Amino acid sequence: MKEQLQNIELRAKKELESVKDTAELESLRVRFLGKKGELTAILKGMAGLSAEQRPVIGQIANRIRADIEDAISNRLKEISAQQEAKRLVSERLDVTLPGKKPQIGRVHPLNQVLNEIEEIFIGMGFDIAEGPEVEYDYYNFEALNLPPDHPARDTQDTFYITDSILLRTQTSGVQVHVMEKKKPPIRIIAPGRVYRSDAVDATHSPIFHQIEGLVVDRGITMADLVGTLDLMMKRLYGEDCRIRLRPHHFPFTEPSAEVDVLCFNCGGKGCSMCKNEGYVELLGAGMVHPKVLKNCGIDPEEYSGFAFGLGLERVVMRKFGINDMRMLYENDMRFLEQF
Amino acid sequence: MDLSIKWLKDYVDIDLPAKELCSRLTMTGSKVEGFWQEGEEIRGVVVGRLLKVVPHENSDHLLVCTVDVGGEEPLQIVTGAQNVREGDLVPVALDGSSLPGGVRIKSGKLRGVVSSGMLCSIGELGLTKHDFPYADENGIFILQEDCAPGEDIRQAIGLDDTVVEFEITSNRPDCLSVIGLARETSASFGLPLKEKSPSYKGIDGDPFEYLDVRIDNPVLCKRYIGGIVRNVKIAPSPRWLRERLRASGVRPINNLVDITNYVMLEYGQPMHAFDIRHVGGGKIIVRNAAQGERITTLDGVERELSPEMLVIADSSKPVAVAGVMGGEYSGIMDDTVTVVFESACFDGASVRRTARKLGMRTDASSRYEKGLDAKNCLPAILRAFELCELLGCGEPVRGLIDRNCDTREQVVIPFEPDWINRFLGVSIDEESMKEYLSRLGFRVESGMIYSPSFRMDIESKADIAEEIARLYGYDKIPGTIITGVANARLTKKQELERKLESCCVALGLNQINTFSFISPRCYDKIALPSDSPLRKSVVILNPLGEDTSVMRTTVLPSMCEVLSRNYNNRNPQAALFELGTEYIPDADPRKLPAEPSRLAVGMYGRGFDFYSIKGVFEGILEALGINEYEVEAAAPDCGLDEVYSMHPGRSACVKLDGRPIAIFGELHPLVLNAYGIGARAYAGKLLVSELLEVEVPQKQYRPLPKYPATSRDISLVCREELPVARLERTIKDAVGQVLEKIALFDVYQGEQIEKGMKSVSFSLTLRSHEKTLTDEQADAAIKRIVKALKELGAEIR
Repeated sequence: MKEQLQNIELRAKKELESVKDTAELESLRVRFLGKKGELTAILKGMAGLSAEQRPVIGQIANRIRADIEDAISNRLKEISAQQEAKRLVSERLDVTLPGKKPQIGRVHPLNQVLNEIEEIFIGMGFDIAEGPEVEYDYYNFEALNLPPDHPARDTQDTFYITDSILLRTQTSGVQVHVMEKKKPPIRIIAPGRVYRSDAVDATHSPIFHQIEGLVVDRGITMADLVGTLDLMMKRLYGEDCRIRLRPHHFPFTEPSAEVDVLCFNCGGKGCSMCKNEGYVELLGAGMVHPKVLKNCGIDPEEYSGFAFGLGLERVVMRKFGINDMRMLYENDMRFLEQF
Repeated sequence: MDLSIKWLKDYVDIDLPAKELCSRLTMTGSKVEGFWQEGEEIRGVVVGRLLKVVPHENSDHLLVCTVDVGGEEPLQIVTGAQNVREGDLVPVALDGSSLPGGVRIKSGKLRGVVSSGMLCSIGELGLTKHDFPYADENGIFILQEDCAPGEDIRQAIGLDDTVVEFEITSNRPDCLSVIGLARETSASFGLPLKEKSPSYKGIDGDPFEYLDVRIDNPVLCKRYIGGIVRNVKIAPSPRWLRERLRASGVRPINNLVDITNYVMLEYGQPMHAFDIRHVGGGKIIVRNAAQGERITTLDGVERELSPEMLVIADSSKPVAVAGVMGGEYSGIMDDTVTVVFESACFDGASVRRTARKLGMRTDASSRYEKGLDAKNCLPAILRAFELCELLGCGEPVRGLIDRNCDTREQVVIPFEPDWINRFLGVSIDEESMKEYLSRLGFRVESGMIYSPSFRMDIESKADIAEEIARLYGYDKIPGTIITGVANARLTKKQELERKLESCCVALGLNQINTFSFISPRCYDKIALPSDSPLRKSVVILNPLGEDTSVMRTTVLPSMCEVLSRNYNNRNPQAALFELGTEYIPDADPRKLPAEPSRLAVGMYGRGFDFYSIKGVFEGILEALGINEYEVEAAAPDCGLDEVYSMHPGRSACVKLDGRPIAIFGELHPLVLNAYGIGARAYAGKLLVSELLEVEVPQKQYRPLPKYPATSRDISLVCREELPVARLERTIKDAVGQVLEKIALFDVYQGEQIEKGMKSVSFSLTLRSHEKTLTDEQADAAIKRIVKALKELGAEIR
């Protein structure tokens, strides 16, 4: 009997090797271990054994059953793994076919850059202030040291609503609103739309965006202005960005400066983009004029401050290489989806 | 301001490449826009002498010239001009030369005869008869200059100046002059300024015998100097003077007129010359114009004056508009014998208003309007006298008529080096500061700074700080970081707008930016009724055109415009949003309009339908945490007049506590048609500013369910006009708390359903948070539904 059992074990293990799929494996299991299987048949004959032999053979039979079960289950794992591998091969896709993209929208390039600039300044502790676009002459001009008939008004062709109400030509009026309402320390930027009576072309638009900045506190210096602008430009354009301040005139700042950045195209050597100057003009800035502080009820002997005004369109066009300002306001889907 | 470097060198010994000069001046505040070499477009053109001129063998109108151009062999050149004679000196464009306008000259054959270049006319050199009055404009330029064959034509005719174009800011009218820029150059480079005091011999006489001057308005006329020049001989100016005018962009006319322009360019002081025959009564009165008074100005236009304008009048009539333009008949004629020079100072704002009102901005007015120094009147007129004698074009009568009402005092500012260093954030030593100031013409004495009179812009110590900073160098100011604690945060409005922006993007919408002014006709295009309050806009007095003449009272037309543009650009679909502003006029026109913030949404294509745009608005409200709102069919009285722009059966209004906060729907066919949109399109707007007032409860966590849910589907039949929302509300009320979710899965009309009726199917999810629901409980809930629906006229199928 013992031999018979060992024979079963040998045969079962041998046959297992040639089993190819789970169905064959199941039939093999039934044949050897099933209720009507060979092992069961032999065990039925155990009744005829002696009392000494019975436990010995029983033990052998149990061991063999367990061994065969183990072998079957190992073989099952192997076969499953093979079948799985086969299925994976058969399921291979052409991964270069296009993906099923969910429709997502885009933030307009103007707003993308505006958001970026706002983040930079919030990080530096600046609040974001807002002011009306339809504005009193007083806030847009007079309080900023531009009385009626001031020649500098000529540089800003103005849309008028009434004699004393206009479409703001600059965001600088927000400075006055803020200083009237709040005592120093003041740190704000004021982004928004401004209006000038310029016909539409590739570089002009009667509506465009400015970002005004204003800092007023005790002991604010022109060096602080330089440092703040430098930081902003580096954050916006990268650590290699270089700025240059150049004397200029704005009625509401003294000293005043125009701020250039080193030409991105030629790195300062001079090219057609920078009109051979090596630098590109980007914004205006200066120390808040003592008269403006006084107009807003701030004592210029006690406080000082700086202000700057940046044209958003120019920054956006430079950043994305857009050469026609009209694209920003046409809103063609083929344009919008590029950003 | 175009500056001749030759002229500049009269005042400063500067010998630097133009590029270096320009970059330093730019960095000290005189912004250079560009510079160019006169005649830089002319290359390879030399002086030639015509040795022989013979007719062309094959042509009646061509001449064959043998020309000595200073080389070993003379050249043969064919010309069509008839004014050339043997022995003439002419400009010769050699083979391979270039002329203004990118013209290249090459050797070639003309009617079979070799021509090794071209003889040039004055026009071909880019000049006019004004530059060389003796030149024949219709022939070759026969040179009367002192020159020799082979010499570069640019040297020969003095076309070798360098011209620098400056952008002079409005606070520095003194720099609109050669002397002003010479002062800046001298200060920038630390070179001495060669100041000159003009002088003249003059002839005996008494100017008062010719003229008297009276200033009636000393506020608007601070100074008026009149000077007499007798025995005037009108002729062209000498070449050097013409060259300088030309380099400065001013056309030479005749010696007297050229002198006034020359002095204006050199001193920055506008000058005027009257023919004394036209100064009636020998009187000049500086007064306000009388109501309705008229003058014909030099440009031949008759203009009506008004009383706030200042005029120069004789005893009976205005002869010039002060500081703007002279009268037609008062100017210099060819037979003028005696001239009155005017060197005066008028109030800037007044000149500016007058020039603007008369619609003429002149060289003089654009200088006066920036505010000029009355002290400059005297040297200017002396210089004019000096030039008259130098040019031999007249005899100045000694003595001047000087009416001076100038009360401006010298500006004196305390010298505070410490304050300046603190203000700029630098440490410049006191001596350097003094040095900079003195170079700029300031006097520093016992702690006080005395400003030179030509610096009309200096008022306070901040101005002094700028003067020091610009000579020290803005680029040497270090960058420091502002210190101190600041607590920056977005306002509620900014937070909401940012949330809306990201939410719209997540919903697949692309952001747009549109103009905030529109055409008033847009209100017709969006089909607003004629009495709609939205038609009352903030109107621009001086718009660019009708299309941009009113501030929008609704964001809808801008959105329609963009949908239309995309459709007509053949984009198959568009899904857009704009965070924009509307401008609602106040009843009181002296007050500013309200500027509420709005979200506009628009879409077409990609299978979008009414429910797509509804989904967008639901998505937005959900993202904002607003759940308790009503959506109803938009009615004309819903409070938002955009309802008229929408399909009456496919538009909805969203209400919060009974107040409208949004409207959306399919655009009305009339609107689609007006905008040329050939597809169904959808649009809507959300009142962002009003949403700010809505209290959104803090979100609270609800535990995930512990007990299983039970699902039940129900289908019912009801009248087709019964809104699904009504059915939903009824079902919710009937089931109560255990209704976790109700989802519409079908609305059907057609076969098996009676006409006028519809079948609606919902899937319900029932769940209790206390225990597992039994079938009996679920069935009971369904029974309650059936009963409630029956009362509504809906039957379970």
